[in-house]
Parts: sequence; structure tokens; C-alpha cells
Amino acid sequence: MSSTLYNLTELRKGESAIIDSFTDSELSAKLLEMGCIPGEKVLLEKKAPTGDPIAINLSGYVLSLRLSEAKTVQIRKTNPL
Amino acid sequence: MDNQTHSSLRRVAIVGRPNCGKSTLFNLFTGLSQKTANFPGVTVDKKVGTTSIRYKETEMDVQFVDLPGMYSLYPRSMDEEVAVRVLTDNDNPDRPDLTLIVADATNLRHCLFLTGQIIDLGSPCVLVLNMMDEADKAGAKINIPLLASRLGIPVVGISAKEERGIDELKQVLVAPLQLPAEIFVDTSKICPEAVEIVKKVNPRLRGWKALYQATRMYATNPEMQQELAKIGFSPAAAQTEESLLRQGTVGKIIAECTGKATQRPELTTKLDRILTHRVWGYVVFIAILFLIFQSIFILAEYPMTWIESGFLMLSNWCRGLMPEGILTDLFIDGILAGLSGVVVFVPQIALLFFFIAILEDSGYMARVSFIMDRVMRRFGLHGRSLIPLISGMACAVPAIMSTRTIGNWKERLITIFVTPLMSCSARLPVYTLLISFAIPEKTVLGFMSLQGIAFMGLYLLGFAFALLSAFALRLIVKSKERSWFMMELPVYRVPQWRNVLLTIIEKVRIFLFDAGKVIVIISIVLWVLSSYGPGRKFESIELDLDQIHASLAENEHSGNDSLLAQLETQRQLLESQKLESSYAGHLGKIIEPAIEPLGFDWKIGISLITSFAAREVFVGTMATIYSSGGDEENMQPIRERLKTERNIRTGELVYTPATGASLLMFYVFALQCMSTIAVVKRETHGWKWPLIQFFYMGALAWIMSFLVYNLMR
Repeated sequence: MSSTLYNLTELRKGESAIIDSFTDSELSAKLLEMGCIPGEKVLLEKKAPTGDPIAINLSGYVLSLRLSEAKTVQIRKTNPL
Repeated sequence: MDNQTHSSLRRVAIVGRPNCGKSTLFNLFTGLSQKTANFPGVTVDKKVGTTSIRYKETEMDVQFVDLPGMYSLYPRSMDEEVAVRVLTDNDNPDRPDLTLIVADATNLRHCLFLTGQIIDLGSPCVLVLNMMDEADKAGAKINIPLLASRLGIPVVGISAKEERGIDELKQVLVAPLQLPAEIFVDTSKICPEAVEIVKKVNPRLRGWKALYQATRMYATNPEMQQELAKIGFSPAAAQTEESLLRQGTVGKIIAECTGKATQRPELTTKLDRILTHRVWGYVVFIAILFLIFQSIFILAEYPMTWIESGFLMLSNWCRGLMPEGILTDLFIDGILAGLSGVVVFVPQIALLFFFIAILEDSGYMARVSFIMDRVMRRFGLHGRSLIPLISGMACAVPAIMSTRTIGNWKERLITIFVTPLMSCSARLPVYTLLISFAIPEKTVLGFMSLQGIAFMGLYLLGFAFALLSAFALRLIVKSKERSWFMMELPVYRVPQWRNVLLTIIEKVRIFLFDAGKVIVIISIVLWVLSSYGPGRKFESIELDLDQIHASLAENEHSGNDSLLAQLETQRQLLESQKLESSYAGHLGKIIEPAIEPLGFDWKIGISLITSFAAREVFVGTMATIYSSGGDEENMQPIRERLKTERNIRTGELVYTPATGASLLMFYVFALQCMSTIAVVKRETHGWKWPLIQFFYMGALAWIMSFLVYNLMR
């Protein structure tokens, strides 16, 4: 498995990944409270018409984030086909 | 068995994430007995309801407080801050005996985070799993007894919608209070140095509460901040570490106590495909807005007519019944006229809040924020600003209060600043009256009325200037605070009609009592100002008027039509002279030079002055000015009277299309609402912003009126 880290904004619609870590110490607590948990699967549910904000699916629960917020979430791709 | 009947009051706070059915539960228990009050010191609405709860032999009075929705005990907006204070400050007067944590059973994973924090506060609490019916259908398989033993607090599964499990909940509500049996997470390894510092200040704090206070004090207490900074305490880092621990525990509990994770309902996914679509999303949004405004105009028309004619009948009936005199005049022309002007708005306000409540409760508002955030951000606003702006079309006062969900101060301030530019329902009657002067009654394209289009144009004009002003303000206001959006897109649900109904009742009640008080008082003051005047001149006019009235009555049945017509003309002339020399007339004259370039005379000036209390007073003022001294036979609708009103000196028509349009502009832009000014002062903690807003909007109004009047003349 590749260990390359991406951030959430690099995910395409319908793609999923595993949340790895956060790059912004102030936002990380908020992201955690809202359910972005390292080790959990994340799926890019959809993008707003302008591409920002985006909506991610965390095991059946959908959270919307601005790109600036999503950028601070690092992910590992699960199955780079 | 304990047969004793308890009658002491138990205070229960209802907390939970937004969209978990908190209000449904609150409404279920309190119904119409709920009241909206303010939390002491702050202006966040506090919904309270007291009811008697009976389970078997035990009966107890329970006072429920519905706290604003929150995600965690680390607040990020003013709403959340209030809820947190109630739960965590020992000396808060609203501190509950028991905390009811409401969780959405279909989304338990994400509700347990807040639950864990509340458990660690160490006060009696209960977890209520709402929407168990949906969770069961989705196959969530929640093992409630196991969950209760793992959490160390009572857990009750209910469905507020189907009223299932309510008896069990009642049992827990009246049972003896018990402290949580376990702590949720052990945070002793996080920043022990900071915890020591906090314990020195408050030795009673233990465990997580001490760590929590370190973060809270860091934010609010400069001395503590210095002290904590010395040892290198970082609230963000501590919070992240804590949250990681908590989510770890949550994950374990979920794995033990539930079956497979519930899937998102297919209907929600399908609806979202349309409602957040790049084209259809906006089409639907605009269609919904259109539908709302059409129904407000069309549906509210009927009850409004009934209310108006009802009040007219009532005042005629009272006039027949009561002896002639000052008190009768005051009651009918002052108080009743004022009351009618207030009550007539109720249908429109009720309808608007009906729609807003449905949009909120169904989960659609979150999608609106989602598709509009980028656009709104360009103008320095937030996706969430749109809800206050739309509510501003009903009334700026609740709209400005609803900006509290915007965490970022700059975005919130800008939203507050521009919301009054949205045409509120108080402008509606003014628009209705004035459009009939400025715009001819024509139909275009076969079905759209030109006046209706003008209506929509005025609303759009207000909206456009709200955005432009926001854009300008964005460049002026400086802020270091970060803006964040993060928000759940909840599952679509059919709104609970009980919630919708109670919301309407609550909003109408606030309007009737808060706005109503002001309007009635103004009406009385106005009546006095226009019924009395300084000096001899006023007295002699009154004497002449009495004579004319007497001769009119004498010759009423004489059949001498030319004499009657002559007397009538004299009467009208005297009436307007009387008004001119009354106190109100003098006031109008004083401001006349300032408003003459806009095409306004002193009579409009009086109405403008009284409108500064509240815009809807304009129509009432016009009515009062033109009805004071008149009798029932001459009570022709004011619209007709205004159309024929001529300047006594020049004989020109006073209300031309140009004047009408100019007045319309004035009402679109000027901040003529005391309640809004008061609310902005409260929300921005000072006079600075309401004053800037007042003068900014005033200048805008003057300039736009001036332009329009001179272009149309």
C-alpha cells in the first residue's frame, strides 16, 4: 500500500480514502469534533456547483467543508487502481 | 415502594447537536405552555416550559429549558457559548438538576462525542436516543442496556414522532438523581502542568473539568492566559489530544453496542442530486422563494382584509356606543387604529415563518448554505448569512438574532449590518399603498401585473444593495479571526407539524408584544400631536371647525346640495389648516426643507418622522392625519383621498408618480425601525454599529429618492 499523503481537496467525486492526519492545529480539534477521525474512511459525496464547499461522507454521515478547511485534512488513498 | 408524591421543581436542560430532534422532544413535553425568555445578561432566546410529569406514584413539576444546538462543549458561536455556560458554570442561575442529552439514533456515532463531554462534567445526565423507529428500520441494532452500562448513565430509546418510549423517559425524569457511574475518558496525561495551575485557582475542579477550565480560562482570563502561556500550554493542541481520546472511546463503544453502521437513506441522496445540482439547485431555490412570496401576497390578503374590516366595524360600533369626547377619540383614532395596524401583519408573519420553519426542519436550509456559500463569501458573507437575509424579508429583528449561528465575528457583523436592507414585511403595506400611485395598473405578457413586478423589483433592489454594502464593508472591517464553514448536511425529514405550529405561535407572540407595544404607543403620541397645537391660531381653527360641523349637521337634510358642497370644501380646508398648525404640523414644517428636494411635503414629513419608530406606522399615520376630525361618512379609503389631495397653495397634485417612486426609494433604504436599532445595539454591544448603520442607510435613502424624483419629474 502506498503511503503517499494527499489532502481532501485532491479527492474526486465518488472516490474514497482513509483520513490520516491534520495539518492545522487550530482546525484539527473542530474537525475531530465534527467527526473527521484519523483511521476512518472518507468518501467525497459531492461538490457544490462552484466546486467549493465540498461534502464528504463519513460512514453515512455527511459533512460539508470549504476547500480551505478540507486542505488541512491529510488522507491516504485506499485502492489506487 | 415509595408512595410519596413529590412536588418540588426539577430543572431539566435539553441539549444535543442540531437536527437531533431536541425541539421536538421539548415541544412534546411543554406544548403551548412554553415561553420564550432571555438568558440573563445575553439576548439569546431561552425557551422554557414547566409541566407536571407523572410516572406511576411519582409526580413532579419539571421545568424544561431548550438549549441551542451544539457540537461540543468548546463553543464556536454565541449560541453555543450560552448553552455551554448554562451547563458548566456552577453559579449560573439556569444550571439544571438533570441534563437530557438528545441523540439521533440513526447517527449515534457522532452524537456520543458531546455525550462523553457532558458525562465528564460529572453532573446527573441521561442519554435519550431519539428516532429509534428510523434506526430500527435501518437495522442499527443498538443494545441499549449495554450502552447504558458502558456510559454509566441511564439511556432511553424513544421516538418523539411516534410518541414511543415516552413513559420510560418520564420514569427517568422523575427518578432520584444519580451521578454518572464512570468517566468517559481519562485525560490525566494531557497537560498536567496546566491542570495544576487551574487547581491552584479552583481546588474543587477535578479530572477533565480542570483541563477544560484551563482552555476556557485561557480564552477569557488574561491573567490565566499569561500564566498558562508560561508553561507552553496550547489550548488547540490540548483540545486535539482530548478529542482524539474521546473519538477513540466513542469508536470502541459503537463497535460494542451497535450493529452495522446505518446507511444514508436513498431518498436523501436522490433529493440532493437535484437540490444541490449546478443548475437545478438554483432553479429550485428561486422557485421556492417565488412560491413563498406569491403565497404570502395572495394567501395573506384574505385574513388581512377581514382584520381590517373587523377593526373598522369595531371602531364604528364603539363610536356609536361611547359618549363623544377626547377619550373616545383617543381610544378610536389612537389606540384602535394603532392596534389594527399591528394585528393586520399577523397573517403575513405567520405565513413567512411557516415556510421558514419548514425549510429549516426539512433540512433544506443546510443545502441552501451549501450551494450559496461561495457566492456569499465573495461579498464577505457566509453561506449561513442567507438564512438571516431571507428571514429579514419577514422582520429584521428575529433575522438579526438568528445571525448568532455564524461563528466568525466579521461575517456576522456584516450580515447584521446589511440585513435591514432586505425589504421586511413592515414595508409591505407602505409598498402596497405607494405602488398604486407610482405604477399604473397594467398587465404585461397577459398574466403578470405590472404592480406585482414592481413589488418584486423593490425586493430585489433591497437584496442587491445588501450584497453591495456587504462587499464594501468587507474591505473596511478588519478581522484576524478565521472563518469556517464545517456543517452537517442532515438527512431530509418531513417537518414535524407540531414544531412548525409552535414556531409560528412563538414568532407571532414576540411580534405582537414587542413590536405591538411600540406601535400602539406611537399611535397615541401621534394622535395627541395631530389633535393639539400651540397658540391661538389652533384654537380659533378648532372653533371655526365646530361651527362648520354644526351647520353641516343643520343642513344635512335640507336638500340644498350647493350649500352642503360649499360647507364641505370649507371643512376640508379647515381640517388641513388645523393639521398644519398642530404640533405634528410644526414638526413636519421643520424638516420640510430637508425633504423638499425629494418631492415630499410636510404631511409626508410627519409620516416620515413617525415612521422612524417603525415603518408600518406610515400607513397608519396617513390614515390618522386624514381621519382626525373626520366622521364616518368621510372615511373614504386613504388611497382615494391621497389621489385627490392637492397642495392648498399651488393647487398641484401632491402625490404624483414621481413622489410615489421617490417615497418608495426612501422606504426601501432608510433604517426606520426602532426595534432593529435596539437589536443591533444589543447584538454588537454598543451604539457604534447601529449609528453607522442608521446614517449609512439614511444617506442611501436620501440619494436614491433624490435621483428617482428628479428623473421622473
